[in-house]
Amino acid sequence: MSPIPLYVVGAYLLLLLGLGLMCSRFFRGTSGDFFVASRSIGPFVLLMSVFGTTMTAFALVGSTGKAYADGIGTYGLMASKSGLIHSAIFFLVGIKLWAIGKRHGYVTQCQYFRARFGSDAVGYVLFPVLVLLVIPYLLIGVLGSGAVVSGVTRGMFPDTFANGAVPAWITGGVVCGVVTVYVMLAGVRGAAWANTFQTLVFMTTGVITFVLIAKALGGPVAASEAVEANAPSKLMRTGEIGKWQFASYFFIPLSVGMFPHLFQNWLTARSAKTFRLTVVAHPLFIMIVWVPCILIGIWAAGMPIGIPEERQNAVLGAMVGRLLENPWLTGLLTAGVLAAIMSSLDSQFMCLGTMFTNDIVLHKVGPDRLTDKQTLWVGRAFVIGIVVLTYAVSLVAQGQAIFPLAVWCFSGFGALFPVVVAAVYWKRATAAGVIASVVVTAVVWFVLFARAGYGGESLLFVEWLSSEGQEDGVMPATVMFAACLVTLVGVSLATQPPDSKTVSRFFPKALQGVPQ
Amino acid sequence: MQKVVWILALLLLVLHQDFWAWSDRTLVLGFLPIGLAYHLVFSLAAAGLWLAAVKLAWPSEIEAWADAVDEPDGATGANDAGSSPSGGATR
Repeated sequence: MSPIPLYVVGAYLLLLLGLGLMCSRFFRGTSGDFFVASRSIGPFVLLMSVFGTTMTAFALVGSTGKAYADGIGTYGLMASKSGLIHSAIFFLVGIKLWAIGKRHGYVTQCQYFRARFGSDAVGYVLFPVLVLLVIPYLLIGVLGSGAVVSGVTRGMFPDTFANGAVPAWITGGVVCGVVTVYVMLAGVRGAAWANTFQTLVFMTTGVITFVLIAKALGGPVAASEAVEANAPSKLMRTGEIGKWQFASYFFIPLSVGMFPHLFQNWLTARSAKTFRLTVVAHPLFIMIVWVPCILIGIWAAGMPIGIPEERQNAVLGAMVGRLLENPWLTGLLTAGVLAAIMSSLDSQFMCLGTMFTNDIVLHKVGPDRLTDKQTLWVGRAFVIGIVVLTYAVSLVAQGQAIFPLAVWCFSGFGALFPVVVAAVYWKRATAAGVIASVVVTAVVWFVLFARAGYGGESLLFVEWLSSEGQEDGVMPATVMFAACLVTLVGVSLATQPPDSKTVSRFFPKALQGVPQ
Repeated sequence: MQKVVWILALLLLVLHQDFWAWSDRTLVLGFLPIGLAYHLVFSLAAAGLWLAAVKLAWPSEIEAWADAVDEPDGATGANDAGSSPSGGATR
């Protein structure tokens, strides 16, 4: 088997490092530029950056594998719903947070929530919960990159590695290393530029992959007819996805309102108008990426490709490796998948480094005790620390299915959505209400996560909601969300209203009813 | 007009639950399962809705407020290059 695909991937990674070097020439050398790109990002880069950050291994590797296992309903579960809900959140929450962040100079969510609720404790409670929820998200990327390269290189090195495939620990290490370098060089601006480039790469290569796979299967009509003959349930939802499960996935895309890395992305925007393109194009971009992946997934089931559903992460890599015999194209498409993964990893690494620097170090020692250069290096040191930790955890998490792990991560953030909505729209919300709701949500999340075997697929109330021949139930996020909402409202109403000075600072007349 | 936009958003959310097509395996254009085709059109409708929202319900006043000078007790950092990224309000 030709090693050319690996050379192409290597060349792509070098190109990325070159982009990081080029971008570093525009780096202003300040912490403000490192953390929020001096709030200078324009509409196109913001769109690409936000979209690239949102789409990770989950969107390409995970969606293909999930469609292979559960059929076309995967698109409605996550993609079309996200197109509606993500943009609504960008519009209703993102723009307001950008304005408040710009006006008051916030860089992280904890800074904002601490000030909004006039309580240090809010930050201390929220910080570990956000960090712990981001780590599975990081793992999705590292595990996804390993799975794809392993699938594509199977049989390439029969004398060196098991199955002849490049092991996941090597791919994960290389991907983490490359992302670290370009983030170190230019901070969030480097991440935004790299995201723009990588989003273009993975969207283009995704469409090319789809066309070539369809062609290799004898055309889309023949490929879908094979599904009709061999795996007809993948063409519908009956027998694969229950109606309650489908409806309760509503709570998963709410996660974008609480993702700390998206909060940071929003703050980089040059102006409120910068958001317009992102709000409109986001559903279209999701469609362009997800529809081909879903079709590839069901076509794999129709071949059938013979991969057990538990190994669904391997489906995309196997389809590319087996059907596209041109090693140059295989390499290009593998690079495209890695681009999608790295375009999320960089923002997440950046974000955690920013949070540790600002919410822990600067918050404790005081912002005036460190020079701007020292702050910059603290940020860089934390980014490296997070990368090393993520890589180490990925070594023991090999084999974990990506889609359910991602859903658990998104469920936690989605469940906390009432907190950000209350912060932006509900004057009566109190610090005690927020602290109680975050603690309750974290406890409920952990109990349900453990009950599901630490990251497995899970539905609740199955015994009540299932019907003959169809297991059904609601997503755990439903219960977590309800717990958060009830606690937030109940405790806030039971405690003293926030002082009027804080309220007037965050609810000025200019923002009343905006956006309507 | 703004209310119309938000009513349409709620309507789309309801229409997302296409229970009527749950067991339909019809292939649109010979290759696209109808359940997938419906949600593909749904994605296009969502983009159309947000285009209308941006045109008809854009919060133009927010820009001026964000660009105004910070309040005395506000945080100070990260608005400009060279400033500290830490929010003063958290001190």
